Amino acid sequence: MAERIGVYICHCGSNIAGTVDVGEVTRWAGTLDDVVVAREYKFMCSSLGQALIQDDIRKEGLTRVVVAACSPHLHERTFRNACANAGLNPYLVQIANIREHASWVTTDRQAATNKVKALVAGAVARVRYHRPLEPMSVTVNPHTLVLGGGIAGIQAALELADAGYPVYLVEREPSIGGHMAQYDKTFPTLDCAACILTPRMSEVGQHENIRLLTYSELEQVSGSIGNFRVRIRRRARHVREDKCTGCGLCIEKCPRKVVDEVFEAGMGYRKAIYTPFPQAVPKIPVIDARSCIWFERQRCRACEKLCPTGAIDFDQQDEFLDVEVGNIIVATGWELFDCRRIPQYGYGRLANVFTSLEFERMCNASGPTGGRIVLRDGVTEPKSVCIVHCVGSRDQRFNTYCSSICCMLSLKFGHLVMEKTGAKVYACYIDMRPNKKDYEEFYQRLLDEGMLFVRGKVAEITDVARTPQEEGKLIVQVEDTLLGKQRRIPVDMVILMGAIEPRRDARETGLKVGISCSMAGWFIERHAKLDPVATMTEGVFIAGACHGPKDIPDSVAQGAAAAARAQGMISKGTVKIEPVVASINEDKCSGCRICNNLCPFNAIDYLEEKTVSQVNPALCKGCGTCVAACPAGAITGAHFDRDQVEAEIAGLLWDAHGDGRPPTAVREPELEPALPQE
Amino acid sequence: MQREIFEPKIVGFFCNWCSYRAADAAGTARIRHAPNVRVVRLMCSGRVDPAFVLKALALGADGVLIAGCHPGECHYLEQNYKTMRRFALLKHTLQALGISERRVRLVWASAAEAARLAEAINEMVEDIRTLGPLNWPANWTDDRGHLDEVEKILLEHQQAMEIGR
Repeated sequence: MAERIGVYICHCGSNIAGTVDVGEVTRWAGTLDDVVVAREYKFMCSSLGQALIQDDIRKEGLTRVVVAACSPHLHERTFRNACANAGLNPYLVQIANIREHASWVTTDRQAATNKVKALVAGAVARVRYHRPLEPMSVTVNPHTLVLGGGIAGIQAALELADAGYPVYLVEREPSIGGHMAQYDKTFPTLDCAACILTPRMSEVGQHENIRLLTYSELEQVSGSIGNFRVRIRRRARHVREDKCTGCGLCIEKCPRKVVDEVFEAGMGYRKAIYTPFPQAVPKIPVIDARSCIWFERQRCRACEKLCPTGAIDFDQQDEFLDVEVGNIIVATGWELFDCRRIPQYGYGRLANVFTSLEFERMCNASGPTGGRIVLRDGVTEPKSVCIVHCVGSRDQRFNTYCSSICCMLSLKFGHLVMEKTGAKVYACYIDMRPNKKDYEEFYQRLLDEGMLFVRGKVAEITDVARTPQEEGKLIVQVEDTLLGKQRRIPVDMVILMGAIEPRRDARETGLKVGISCSMAGWFIERHAKLDPVATMTEGVFIAGACHGPKDIPDSVAQGAAAAARAQGMISKGTVKIEPVVASINEDKCSGCRICNNLCPFNAIDYLEEKTVSQVNPALCKGCGTCVAACPAGAITGAHFDRDQVEAEIAGLLWDAHGDGRPPTAVREPELEPALPQE
Repeated sequence: MQREIFEPKIVGFFCNWCSYRAADAAGTARIRHAPNVRVVRLMCSGRVDPAFVLKALALGADGVLIAGCHPGECHYLEQNYKTMRRFALLKHTLQALGISERRVRLVWASAAEAARLAEAINEMVEDIRTLGPLNWPANWTDDRGHLDEVEKILLEHQQAMEIGR
């Protein structure tokens, strides 16, 4: 029976109609084989546009629908749902992407119209071969994995746990808290960071629904939405969590002191057995095997001797914990740009050039200087400070993006320096971007407080004096673009506002959970505007600065949003998963097993007794690699099957072969396997 | 006399996750590029059956552009490596068929590389313009004419045999 195809061409206001002769395409589409209606409409995605399609399905008895509009990534779901509501299987709809791939590509009206015709012909040719598919329903495991215990991860974990759903919170460091725990004050309110963060941390530590796994890393993820199987590496803490009471005696008595590169940003010391900071959650220390005297030369064991509960265990090994979760929230955060990469700023060479994180630690009352702002010598208060903006961000050589938080961070630093030391504070900026609620007001406040702003990108920071006034100072060479003059600003201390960069292993993490990174290394959201916390992998969400530079309120909002998305899935209980999977026709399969090794998800099993292979639809992700590889053509890739793709190719090339009309059938009839004769 | 510029017809096989999104992004950002590539969306470049490429060329395409995620960034972990292997074999087949290997390209484009993809498309279109049309369907028709000739000869032969009987 011939199919009854409806073709709907969207104007998208003037987005499509502006460069494409929609009327001409519609008339032409109406002449294609099996097309019974072809209509154009201003906004096909509007409810009126959808109603147009639904009416035709009911009145004209359409069996296939082609919508020529924007990318299927935007509205495929809309049109599938619309058709499903009118009783047509959603998989009998095909989208021709005539906006992103045609009308927005060229300004040449003729070329755009021609391309649109080809795309419509391809869709019409293909849709004829579509087969109705039913999505599979899987139950959603109520557990959620939250990866990263910074403020975004903490927020996500607490939202879920408070709603009554169990959470595994995995953190790489010995304590949760993330970068926020390192700060002293938060802009623009100047709230004490610890005062607002630590209550949340202890809430996590005590929550009955949160299983906290610190000093642990994600090892492997398998499965898919609703049923992920996750392997977590619990690094050897050498302190037994079940016995330790967190009394801290071991830390006190440990004779080995090392520089703390992580929490103190190299500004302070910690012991070989340590908790990163006093309010750490959990309060259980770890022994850093790389600096411990026992691991170095088999002596000491002071902590073991003194531990009142016998919690020290030098023989502990890394352990693996396998858990099952329904959703994964990735909140792995950010790293600071390595300021040594800009040698002319002198970081690492000039003692009194600091990074923003070092300065954060210095301001912190529980930090290495007890909150006093001093030069590297540890005693001298600076009389003048220069804050250099955009170090490694908004810079073609390093990161082209704006790190977004540094302007406010700089204002906060300016305030703290002036409050604590009375020093003169300069800020060399490219543009000031205090662009959120109450931020502009904070900028005004700092202007009133007398912070000095120099508009210009710093060229060099040097200790080579040219005048007696510059002697013994750091000189900031900068072009003041408002004055139109080169300036040399002699100061005692320089703070570099290093760029916010993605985690160095973000790509690796992304591969494990199946999400991708932008060129810079930030995780990519499903939709930049409408779906900012979901990813292209169902059941995996992102929150916080792993998605791009973000301040605390934004990270918290995203953490909560990701939790809400996961919660929605859990409370519904089941989730529909795409039926776009491969299946093997047992009659055709020769059992050659070529496909078995092609599947990275181990979705293809070989059945020994039947000598055929079989696809497990729950594990198959529908990539189609096995379909393309099967020498017997025994594997069907639903919705991307050979007849469908080949028909689409023939349609796309309608003007290149034959009589210039999309062919009704382009594929040779398939040979049926000969039945054994009686 | 002004010669008409040859507009090559290129069929694209783009993976759903990276390259198709890059092409979308190129459109969204209004990065103007040659509108000659007509894209078939596949879930993964690993789905590209070499037969699809030959089919496209046989149906009148002047070139085929396969685009996938960068090696190591495949949405399906490692399937683009399999595309790479197949592509190497496909090149041999093309060579055997006498088709310039410049007509079939494999490029990697992440979802963020709209400009790069647009550039790759422009470059390929220009390159194929210098190669000229492939015109395979015309050759097929010729072949069919040839077959008709053969059939005619066979028929005559048969008739001659019947006369002789």
